[in-house]
Amino acid sequence: MMEVCIRINNLTVEFGKYTVLKNINLSINDQEFLAIIGPNGGGKTTLIKAILGLIEPKEGNVLIFGKKPTELTFKDIGYVPQIKTLDRNFPAKVYELVATGLTGNWNFRYTKEMRREVREVLAFCGMEHLEHRPINKLSGGELQRVFLARSIIRRPRVLLLDEPATGIDTVAETDFSLLLETLQYQNQTTIVMVTHDWEYAFHHSTSVLLLNKSVVAFGSPKEVFSEENIQKTFGHFGHDHKMEFIIKKNV
Amino acid sequence: MFDILQHNFALNALLAGVVVGFLGGFYGSFVVQRRMSFLGDGLAHVAFGGVALGLLLQFEPFWVAVPFTILVAIALTYLKERTTLEIDTAIGIFFAVSVALGVLFISLNKKYISDAFSYLFGSILLVSKEDLLFSFAFGTLTIILATFYWKRWTYSSFDMELAKVDKINVSFDNYLLSILTALSIVLSVKLVGIFLVASYLVIPSATAKLISKTFSQMTILGIVLGIVSSEIGILFSILLDLPTGAAIILLQSIIFLVALFLQKFTNKQ
Repeated sequence: MMEVCIRINNLTVEFGKYTVLKNINLSINDQEFLAIIGPNGGGKTTLIKAILGLIEPKEGNVLIFGKKPTELTFKDIGYVPQIKTLDRNFPAKVYELVATGLTGNWNFRYTKEMRREVREVLAFCGMEHLEHRPINKLSGGELQRVFLARSIIRRPRVLLLDEPATGIDTVAETDFSLLLETLQYQNQTTIVMVTHDWEYAFHHSTSVLLLNKSVVAFGSPKEVFSEENIQKTFGHFGHDHKMEFIIKKNV
Repeated sequence: MFDILQHNFALNALLAGVVVGFLGGFYGSFVVQRRMSFLGDGLAHVAFGGVALGLLLQFEPFWVAVPFTILVAIALTYLKERTTLEIDTAIGIFFAVSVALGVLFISLNKKYISDAFSYLFGSILLVSKEDLLFSFAFGTLTIILATFYWKRWTYSSFDMELAKVDKINVSFDNYLLSILTALSIVLSVKLVGIFLVASYLVIPSATAKLISKTFSQMTILGIVLGIVSSEIGILFSILLDLPTGAAIILLQSIIFLVALFLQKFTNKQ
């Protein structure tokens, strides 16, 4: 039987008077690829932050391999944030940013061993030619891959990604998706990804969570993607052709 | 020109300039990168309230300004971390209240108006041996702390959330950085003056940022520019009988403009 990687028990998160997540109960198995889908304000990012231990829940808890997030070492979790929230004008080169994944700190000096590891992971992400490029000279897609390199250089057991495809073009998005698949295949990492790409979630994830403050549906993509569940999550079916296509395909 | 060094006041000022330049460049890197330039201004004016209180109570103004400014730095960090109040609003409020208190304290004891003016505009004559000793002690403490905290402060200056995810106690680090920045401001006030001390934190580091590709380069270049501009500015102020603070800051501004021009020029090419 597969080991449980992330267990979320009765998780409720409130910001002041507002309930952002209500009574979430989930078990995510080791080596699973979970896609989290939901409307804006549905609590997707909050759930990721609760798993990371950045948010103190009002009730309930999150356990990763049986430990609280705060009890884990920095190497256990890899995190790819939304790049739109990052300061692109920070004076830094690609290798410096990637090396933070190795040491969990910004570095002043770089050993040969660090440089080698950085080059290796950049090569895996197809970015070795950008090692010395300042981060403000990268495109959105390149920066996203640099962040992926930064998070996988530590070989984490769990990889959390918060809308990694936001702000990047379709080609870059496809490249990034292929990279994630290779990563999961080679390293057997558990991946939890917030995404708006339903088609990608349908084809590539092993399970899908439809979230709108509470769990609407959780299971395999085939079980989850139904017209009823989508209506429950988003309040309406909308006119998303991609979604219609997926539902038809699913049926 | 070397005759100047025979005067104790000039030697004190030049030595103080090295420390103040170093502190401004080092802490300024974080202040500029975190877009908190207004914090320097706010804390300098808070120091004014402390200096005025010291003059009124006839204590050494520096020792009253230190706790006064540190307390406000802690309060500002607390408000930033724990409330939704915008940091520039909080700084604006403390800034205004401190200046109002300073003016009130000075008006209660008009005897010390000239001393207060020296603090407002800075004077090399104000730098005593004790100040110098304290400055060097604080400079040494900063170097010791930098070996451990530069990495952490830099990481959280890049992104606080990523630093938190990597188990860095960002909240503690922010309080420590605020307190040390406040101390460096109070230490620099005698030389540069309350009105201009914030520029000391901003201009060398902003100049360094224009021409640096990495944050370590920015920190080192900020320190070098802080020290060099202080020394040349002090020498100019003695030789040409100019106000010290104004001479240093104007020199720093000229260097900034040159760097800005060079950056635009090289970018176009």
